[in-house]
Amino acid sequence: MNFFKRTIPLIIAFIMGIMMAFQYYVPHEASQSLLKVVTRWGITIAGFAVFIGAYSLFHLHWNKIKRKVPGWGYSTFVFFGAGITIIFGLYNGGEFFLHDKQEGTMFDWMYFNVQVPAGATMFSILAFFMASAAYRTFRARTSEATILLIAAVIVMLGRVPVGALIWEFLPPIADWIMSVPNMAAKRGILIGVSIGAIATSLRIIFGIERAYLGGGD
Amino acid sequence: MYKIFLTFILSILLLPYSSTFAVEVDMLIPPSDFQAFDTPNDDGKSVTLRWPSSPSESTEAEYVVYASLRKNGPFTTEVLRINSKTMYEEGSDSNFHYVEIKPGKFFNKDSDVTGGRSSYFFRLVMMSNSENVTVNEIASATPKGNWFNWKKLNNFIILIAFSTLVLWFIEHAKKNPNLYLRKISGLDAIDDALGRATEMGKPVLYVHGLNGMGSISTIAAVNILGRIAIRVAEYDTTLKVSNIDPIVLSVSQEVVKESYLEAGRPDAYVEDNVFMAASEQFPYVAAVSGIMIREKTAANFFMGYFYAESLILAETGASTGAIQIAATDSYTQLPFFITTCDYTLIGEELYAASAYLSREPLLLGSLRAQDIAKGIIITALVVGAALATIGIGFISFIFKAS
Repeated sequence: MNFFKRTIPLIIAFIMGIMMAFQYYVPHEASQSLLKVVTRWGITIAGFAVFIGAYSLFHLHWNKIKRKVPGWGYSTFVFFGAGITIIFGLYNGGEFFLHDKQEGTMFDWMYFNVQVPAGATMFSILAFFMASAAYRTFRARTSEATILLIAAVIVMLGRVPVGALIWEFLPPIADWIMSVPNMAAKRGILIGVSIGAIATSLRIIFGIERAYLGGGD
Repeated sequence: MYKIFLTFILSILLLPYSSTFAVEVDMLIPPSDFQAFDTPNDDGKSVTLRWPSSPSESTEAEYVVYASLRKNGPFTTEVLRINSKTMYEEGSDSNFHYVEIKPGKFFNKDSDVTGGRSSYFFRLVMMSNSENVTVNEIASATPKGNWFNWKKLNNFIILIAFSTLVLWFIEHAKKNPNLYLRKISGLDAIDDALGRATEMGKPVLYVHGLNGMGSISTIAAVNILGRIAIRVAEYDTTLKVSNIDPIVLSVSQEVVKESYLEAGRPDAYVEDNVFMAASEQFPYVAAVSGIMIREKTAANFFMGYFYAESLILAETGASTGAIQIAATDSYTQLPFFITTCDYTLIGEELYAASAYLSREPLLLGSLRAQDIAKGIIITALVVGAALATIGIGFISFIFKAS
């Protein structure tokens, strides 16, 4: 059992890891074809995985309804929303699902008039969260927080027209903060991330890191 | 006599301009040479055309290239048409044109094959509104695929060097298991967060980022999940794992299940606790925020690559009073996590977390290699900046991306 759960996945990870690492350096058509095939495998697996995701979602909410857990009424909306979306998706404006997707159908209407506005509403909440988070952070209780507050005020004022009216040097100072200290920090993080990603990949390829298989080692 | 003299003087003065007018308007001078060759470092589908600039180039003039599968033509298939003032070779100071084309797109593959590969013949024509001139040379090339991209040689050498360094330190760690590692507060706080959740009898929420299993940050997050799940099982606390990607969901379910088994608590594993919250960004935010508020989770872990949802999630978690630990390599979201979470693992710390938590010498050896590699890069940056300041720029070519 351990052979199938540990050894086989480790062998696959090793072979595919080495192969795809070298594929990056080989421009030959054979190498490009390999990349296409592997990418296609990924898409195929993802296609089947959607059913696992849907099963998980429905199973979770069905159990909530069955057990009448607090707030179970909201779970009925999962089935209601998924049900009518699937029905109108399959109906496809009268052409049914064997034909190409039709434009201007009820399915599109639900997407543009329910899902998109609901998503935009969630996104708009971000502005309020940003204000409350900024309030907490910008209380200048430490020297670091004070530096952050000053830098933030300069950048915010430097990025709006009124900043130049207050003081003509605000926009160039804001640009300098963004393009020098900010960029340096960003690149420092990116270098660390890249090295960390390579080291993690090597640990997985050589079977040193096995936590992704579950359990310890 | 006076008129004749004036005409003579005017003729002499206008002579240089008249010749210029003649070149621009009436007489195109074609490029003196025309070459075609297999494009280096490619997949074997393109050829490169190169020719010197003509003195007649102007915004009105164009270069047109016709191709044929036979040396004698007919050259009727147009494969390129560019303004004569464009497509200069890099570093040639506008003295040469350099264009890559894929001639296979214009011909049927099976129409003429020489030795298993198609050879293509090209004729260059310079055109203006009034005149066309053809370059005498007919250039030919046979595209062939390359087995190594030499432009990526520096990248390959750095990869091999770094890989060797990592493997060497892993071997070294076998002999010297007591490697020193700098303290990462966020990871040390994991036990506190889990202990608090156990004391309060509230669940621990583990939130995956938005990327799929193809992302290395998600793999790192799954590795951390495995370590946390073992401790959660030992503490007998509830662990809830929210997912946005079905493949990550499957992997997470398996990882948590195996971890519970490893901890000797397979009975405590509940499949519905590792669940698919939603498949899109803002529905995911709504679902996860709802869980935080309804279930009053005692500890929230945000691990992986996050986008605009990071602040909404972390701020909601902060409002419920949960201990929050975030780890992301998304530098644009780091400020939001730092602001709203108790501990934030920045960038590479996400990748180091699994090794740090396991304390295994082999994994810790790779962390030491990461630190050495960072030291080398910092040295290269400092030395490179100093050399570039005094006009020596070779070090930038060593790290140049193709």
